Amino acid sequence: MSVIKRIKPPFWDHHDVAAGAHARSVFNFRRKWMLIVLLTSLVALTPLLIMTGIDYRLTRDAIESEALLETSRQVSNTWRAVSFFLKEKQAALDFVLHDNSFDALQTPGRLQAILASLQAGVGGFLRLGVLSAATDDMPVGDADELYPRCFEDCLKQTAENGLYIGPVMPAGDSASQMIIARRCRADFILAAALDATPLFALVSQLDLETGEDAFLIDAKGNLMTPSRHFGRLYHQMTLPMPPQDASGSRVIDSRDGAGRPIWMGVAAIPDTPFTLILVKPKSAFAQLWLRPRIKLVGFLIVSVALVLLAIIGMATFLMHHIHAADQKRVQALHQVEYTNKLASLGRLAAGVAHEVNNPLAIINQKAGLIQDLFSLHPEYAADQKLTGLVNAILAAVDRGGSITRRLLNFARHMETSIQPIDLAELVGDVLGFLAKEAERRRIEIEFANAVDIPEFESDRGSLQQILLNLCNNAFAAMPDGGKLSVRIFRSAPDRVALRVADNGSGIAPDDIKRIFEPFFTTRHDQGTTGLGLSITYGLVAEIGGDIQVDSQLGVGTRFTVQLPLKAPKRQ
Amino acid sequence: MNHDSTDIRCRFDSGVHVLLVDDEREFVQTLAERLQLRHMDTAIAFDGSAALQIIQQDHPPQVMVIDLKMPGMDGMQVLQQVKQIQPHIQVIVLTGHGGEQDREHCMAAGAFAYLQKPVNINQLSDLLKQASQH
Repeated sequence: MSVIKRIKPPFWDHHDVAAGAHARSVFNFRRKWMLIVLLTSLVALTPLLIMTGIDYRLTRDAIESEALLETSRQVSNTWRAVSFFLKEKQAALDFVLHDNSFDALQTPGRLQAILASLQAGVGGFLRLGVLSAATDDMPVGDADELYPRCFEDCLKQTAENGLYIGPVMPAGDSASQMIIARRCRADFILAAALDATPLFALVSQLDLETGEDAFLIDAKGNLMTPSRHFGRLYHQMTLPMPPQDASGSRVIDSRDGAGRPIWMGVAAIPDTPFTLILVKPKSAFAQLWLRPRIKLVGFLIVSVALVLLAIIGMATFLMHHIHAADQKRVQALHQVEYTNKLASLGRLAAGVAHEVNNPLAIINQKAGLIQDLFSLHPEYAADQKLTGLVNAILAAVDRGGSITRRLLNFARHMETSIQPIDLAELVGDVLGFLAKEAERRRIEIEFANAVDIPEFESDRGSLQQILLNLCNNAFAAMPDGGKLSVRIFRSAPDRVALRVADNGSGIAPDDIKRIFEPFFTTRHDQGTTGLGLSITYGLVAEIGGDIQVDSQLGVGTRFTVQLPLKAPKRQ
Repeated sequence: MNHDSTDIRCRFDSGVHVLLVDDEREFVQTLAERLQLRHMDTAIAFDGSAALQIIQQDHPPQVMVIDLKMPGMDGMQVLQQVKQIQPHIQVIVLTGHGGEQDREHCMAAGAFAYLQKPVNINQLSDLLKQASQH
């Protein structure tokens, strides 16, 4: 709470005392500050956010397309390797067919010899057999073993395009095999069982990360090579079937059995039932994308924070200065107004004094004449009553005269001018004005004058105002029957002090450092502007003096004005 | 306080010629009467032009007492004209108006003294005597 109080700029809770109906629109600094911050933030942050958004998308797309490209490349490479593997076996069979006639192949021991050389030369051949396409009663070699498994498919496919590549099948002892068959001259088929292990190795040689998987499936979706995550060998894979499409590799979006988004690299291997599947979970991509994303978002957050900080700082700085300037302006206006008020008051007083002086002069002369006549006629001169009356009239005239003279004196010195000051006389003048009110309120005024005060040069009008303001403040602080004491004394060889003390309510310690601030007042309900002491402070500074205040709540307040005996040079 | 309680009959020998100029008739008439009681020759003018006529006659006054604020020609103009026409006539300004500046102007224009109303008769008659001997 106190931290907020400390950092809160003074304009935040500003309420203009002088502004009338337009206060809300003209002097609402808080709203202006908010508006500036809002607009500037909007202008500054919008392009930043848009650019970051674009960059975010671009980076994500780039990373995603790179990931896709890599998937696609892996699929394509593996696809090529698998194709090559099968083509190699196919080529070996073609060579055998080319080299041996059907009859030669049926020669006992021939197939075994060929198998042996194939195993030695190409490798991967487990069995070799010859089937007759026309009749099914002449199996040769290992044909009886190869035969029953895929005879139908084999016949059909070799009849169509001369080549059959069968699915991978278990071959006992956890080994796997696949049948590859070639039809020759429309009447017999050379079939071979291949060890599927090299095929498994081809597929599994891919450098796969956790969660990734690569395998072959047949047209029905059965796993033809082991899969890490998506089902058991020879069984249906747990992934949805990719759409059947033209050959060549492609990457499609899909979901795995648990519903997690994945990329599926798919490549159908031509002339075979096999389709190569490469699975990459999208979470891996998210992992890849995480760092640039953190960088980007971090950059955005830091930038936004900096921009906001700068904007708020600038707005606060500017608004603070505008507020201060405005306060100064209002203060100056008030001071001018106050000075004008005093000046017109002075003029009014002078006018009244002048006008009263004429009738007073007539009374004076008339009464004087009566007195003259009395002194010429002994019968009246002896009349104590009559002479007493006349003397009383003349005494009253004298008193009236002294009042008007004091008014004139006061008014005359409203204009500022440096002149010799008899401080005691000046204090007497000002206290004279307060005498009536003091009497009415039964306030005792005590004036202590030191003897060693020399006449000094200063601005009489300012001094009068200073003293009058201090005395008025003291009066306002005191209850009826209080005591005001004014003292002048030599505080230093080159300084005199004017001290105004009251035994009024005193000033709270919290308020005491603020009493010279403009518009500070504790008497809000009494129509005060809170400018009296601020103006007093200004006046004291203007004539080169300084002002101090001591106060104790409930005991009283003491203002001490120190004045230089030599007036400062005016600018 | 001394309120003109001196015995005025003791003052025989003054014989000062005084012209009083003021638009406040009651005031100027009473003042004239009191000065006469003090053995001064007094004449009265209620405005500036009348005063200027009087000083151009055969027996001009030795001293003039003029108010500053009068209808028509004001005291300041009268003072200036008097100082032009009859520079030897001493002029005492007696006014309820005017401040420090007026005093300075009057003294600069050649006034003998500057007094503020209401004035003590003894102070005035002393000044008149001083002025007549000047």
